[in-house]
Amino acid sequence: MIVTEEKPLEEIMSFLSGHKKILIAGCDGCDQPPRGLREAKSLALLIEMASKLKGEEVETTYTTVIKQCDDKIAHSTLSPVMEGVDAVVSLSCGIGVQVLSDVLEDAPVFPGQNTMFMGSEEREMGTVSERCAACGNCILDQTAGICPIARCSKSLLNGPCGGSQDGKCEVDKELDCAWQLIHDRLKALGRLDQMDEIMPINDWSTSTHGGTRRTPKEMMFMDRPRRD
Amino acid sequence: MKAESNLEKLLEKGEFVVTGECGPPQSADPEVIRKKIDLLKGSVDAANITDNQTAIARLCSMAAGVIMLGEGLEPIMQMTCRDRNRLAIQSDILGAASLGIKNLLCLTGDHQTFGNHPGSKNVFDLDSIQLIQLVKVMRDEKKFQCGDDMDVEPRIFIGAAANPFGDPFEFRVARLAKKIAAGVDFIQTQGVYDIERFEKWMDGVCERGLDKKVHILGGVIPFKSLGAAKYIKFRVPGMSVPDEIIERMKKASDAKKEGVQIAIETVEALKEMKGVHGVHIMAIEWEEKVPEIAEGAGLLPRPGVA
Repeated sequence: MIVTEEKPLEEIMSFLSGHKKILIAGCDGCDQPPRGLREAKSLALLIEMASKLKGEEVETTYTTVIKQCDDKIAHSTLSPVMEGVDAVVSLSCGIGVQVLSDVLEDAPVFPGQNTMFMGSEEREMGTVSERCAACGNCILDQTAGICPIARCSKSLLNGPCGGSQDGKCEVDKELDCAWQLIHDRLKALGRLDQMDEIMPINDWSTSTHGGTRRTPKEMMFMDRPRRD
Repeated sequence: MKAESNLEKLLEKGEFVVTGECGPPQSADPEVIRKKIDLLKGSVDAANITDNQTAIARLCSMAAGVIMLGEGLEPIMQMTCRDRNRLAIQSDILGAASLGIKNLLCLTGDHQTFGNHPGSKNVFDLDSIQLIQLVKVMRDEKKFQCGDDMDVEPRIFIGAAANPFGDPFEFRVARLAKKIAAGVDFIQTQGVYDIERFEKWMDGVCERGLDKKVHILGGVIPFKSLGAAKYIKFRVPGMSVPDEIIERMKKASDAKKEGVQIAIETVEALKEMKGVHGVHIMAIEWEEKVPEIAEGAGLLPRPGVA
């Protein structure tokens, strides 16, 4: 899931100064926790209240989009409700904010959230934690299904640094050392010898270091022959 | 000879070597470094110069290394992977070698959240093992990491760190083996207080014959006070300080003297240990104690190279 957090109301209000009719657009897509119609409605009420306290007259309206990152869906959902709207607050991840900016020509689109990471829930800890850095060159086959790029604080590829102690990372005692996890998992699988191999210098050009990443659309949707 | 540094020559001769450590200042003042060098000179064979140690911005290790050369002490330039990508790393290695620096210690580097710029972006383009590989390829194959050739290679004696007190313990010997496979020439270990665990690690090292493939220098960090001992025990990740050492510091009437005494005893224990070829004394902001420790452990005068 794409994990997001709401921006403080004060920060959102600072974007909206001077705007009169504001649309709050939720997203029913993959970001977590959910920021759909209900969340859009409650933010709309908060903005109205905060404006009143500042002595400003502001009208709000709200809706939600099945997937803000799909420009066609976003356009067809929002165009009919844009009458008189002079600012939009998106409750999507950073992708949705940008797609709305593309398809809504007449009003600026502001982020209502910070997009944090791609992760999953650690139920025992009661936290949601990063799992994938989208580096574009998956090595999970070599690391027992645990990603050191996303989960080691230094993205090390050749085992734990000297700061790993009692299974925890030197950066934060609450944080598991990814390489301890990899070590333990490989051991349980009887493949500890994999830790002895030197992982070569990485090619980061597939990560965020090779310019904006893109792929031909047909590659994403191509029917691949099934392997039986 | 790979680099013909004093350190390499002494180790190849089978001498038990002594290295020290010198942290550059958070200012542009070269006198701070000269003072520290003056305190170490004569008691050590070479001295490390830290590279933005604990992620605090300081005068750079290359410049400090050149100052040290000028003062007649051999530098071991530390280089971390935290602040440089492979372009900067390679250009700094070429620059350092061109200025006469012959020893390089390849480190991953402390995470930036420990230091005084916690909001900075880290690099970690390489890890320490890959850095060792890169230096070796530059030196032995005259090639850049990308495969391009160079005319004059950097003649570098390659060092790295090892922490026998980090976890998982059973991987710590394997990690050393990886550094050796990558091409490291000498190792300086994390500060040793827990002799028992260090010995256990060294047994594992010798069992695999790794002591024949690399020179291991045991790390020694003298305690200045009980507070310092407790700080290292409880607050520094990857350190092991046995309770008896804390007790000794607690009971001592003169804590500084006791700290030096513990360091001397540690050096003596390391001297007797199979596979240990020297000591690395890290008397941080307490460099004046290095001669006392070296003297106390019978390591003076230093032999020098012919």
